[in-house]
Amino acid sequence: MQKEIGAAAKAIEIESLSKSYGSLKAVDSVSLSIEAGTIFGLLGPNGAGKTTLISMLVTMRRPTGGAARVNGFDVAKQPDSVRKSIGIVFQDPSLDEELTARENLEIHAAMYGVPKKIRKARIEELIALVGLEKNIGHQVKTFSGGMKRRLEIARGLVHHPKVLFLDEPTIGLDPQTRANIWDYIKKLNEKEKITIILTTHYMDEADGVCGRIAIIDLGKIIAVGTPENLKNTLGGDVISIKCGGSHSGCGEKIGKMNWVKSIVAHDGFIDIRVEKGEEKIPKILLMMEKEGVSVESVSLRKPSLDDVFLHYTGRTIREEEVKPADAMRMRRRAWGHRR
Amino acid sequence: MGAQEMNNEIEGIYALWKRELVNFFRSKSRVLGSLGMPFFFLAILGTGLNNAFALPTSGNYMQFIAPGIIGMVLMFGSMFSGIIVLMDRQFGFLKETLVAPISRLSIVVGKALGGATTAMIQGLIILVVSLFLGAQLQVLNVALLIAFMFLISVMFVSLGIAIASTLQDMHGFQLIMNFLIMPLFFLSGALFPLSSAPDILRAVSLLDPLTYGVNGLRYLLIGQSDIGFAVCFAVVSAFTAAFIAIAMYLFSRIEG
Repeated sequence: MQKEIGAAAKAIEIESLSKSYGSLKAVDSVSLSIEAGTIFGLLGPNGAGKTTLISMLVTMRRPTGGAARVNGFDVAKQPDSVRKSIGIVFQDPSLDEELTARENLEIHAAMYGVPKKIRKARIEELIALVGLEKNIGHQVKTFSGGMKRRLEIARGLVHHPKVLFLDEPTIGLDPQTRANIWDYIKKLNEKEKITIILTTHYMDEADGVCGRIAIIDLGKIIAVGTPENLKNTLGGDVISIKCGGSHSGCGEKIGKMNWVKSIVAHDGFIDIRVEKGEEKIPKILLMMEKEGVSVESVSLRKPSLDDVFLHYTGRTIREEEVKPADAMRMRRRAWGHRR
Repeated sequence: MGAQEMNNEIEGIYALWKRELVNFFRSKSRVLGSLGMPFFFLAILGTGLNNAFALPTSGNYMQFIAPGIIGMVLMFGSMFSGIIVLMDRQFGFLKETLVAPISRLSIVVGKALGGATTAMIQGLIILVVSLFLGAQLQVLNVALLIAFMFLISVMFVSLGIAIASTLQDMHGFQLIMNFLIMPLFFLSGALFPLSSAPDILRAVSLLDPLTYGVNGLRYLLIGQSDIGFAVCFAVVSAFTAAFIAIAMYLFSRIEG
């Protein structure tokens, strides 16, 4: 086993890691390193390669190229050591609903080789950490979605992992429960000093929680940094205009102005990135009026992670999330099917 | 494999075995449901046909079908336990086991032992029930009976796991029920003596693993059967080995 000191530097080291399915490159030569102790967010639209990347890191899939080390263990050569040193919370529930909360954690502890002597105490400690003390003896099928998710987080931690992977930990939960889950995740990171690697498409939530973020699209990492840095690189302000009718000609004209850094149209909005936005709004509105475009609303804001995402991928992340059939297929492809 | 790893695998097998038992006893509908059909077979078919049938062997019809029904219970119970892997997949628990640091082999073994144990419990209950219903059974060799029942159960739980590993969801279950489990049961000679069956039927039934299970049980419980016990034991062992190997292979190919 590796010494604590050795593992302290890098939790994850990825070198030109690839996964191809025939001619499709799901993950295309990704290199990345993640410091121990951070909360790291992996953001990207469906099909970007997030889940494939994570499933290689958790040794569920073998890379077709490159290498990755998790806690110092090679994912291809030492899968069992990797598995023992990580915790995983899947996007879809993976509890035995007929069993109680305690029983689910006991099976996990047994499979992960947690010594019998400390099992009971460890399970109770974690159940308390996620606030499920009162439900420890209840069957999981009586739990709400948020409770199940919290139980899964607790389960992922039973064997003292150094890295916890969370794939869309808040998907399908209501906003209040989502906030709740994020609080637990932050608490974990502080109390248990573990590295957390998560995927989410709630950008504002990622902004509040993640210390560092990577944006991944088409199997490649296109930007890495702290949320602050990513937003600052964009710079300036974003003027977001909702138009009544067609705005294509007008958008082109605005785009030609030398003070416009970028302009993107999406979901009936035009987002224009400029310096000193408050001075540019009158100019833009004047131009739009001349072109006969009716303006329904105008807003001015600092760039958010959504804008960063839009900037790098040309899409909003929201456009990607709405097709349930697609999501279903992705999920089945990701976890359920044989080669 | 070091001692600690080995220990870890055994702990994992034990935990998965225990899970099967807990789930079985917790689901009252499953316990009752699994015993309902064999009970009615015995209580209605056995009693109803008792006086209508002249068997080529000595003894009455109730006595004749009791081992057959026990064989049926073992097959239904263990096949169902194997196929339930599909439910684990559907409800996600399978993933949790697949990413654990134990081998696929241990997962299959834990599952198979658990399924076989629950099937044997059902088989033993039906054995007792059939005694109450008036079947004259005499267990000459308890250890051998238990061992043989266990072998039959492991055989079918492995077949169930093998089938479940190739299916994606529960939709195929009805198909398996109607086109595999029921024919295996009817062909096994559980309900009628093979010695008086038409040649074609008898020939086909010799391909049915349950035929050897039922005949072996019949030998152990009433002292006579169409096929000798040594042959039954050898054939069931061979099928068990083959089904375990197939189950291991197919299960290891499930991509997590």
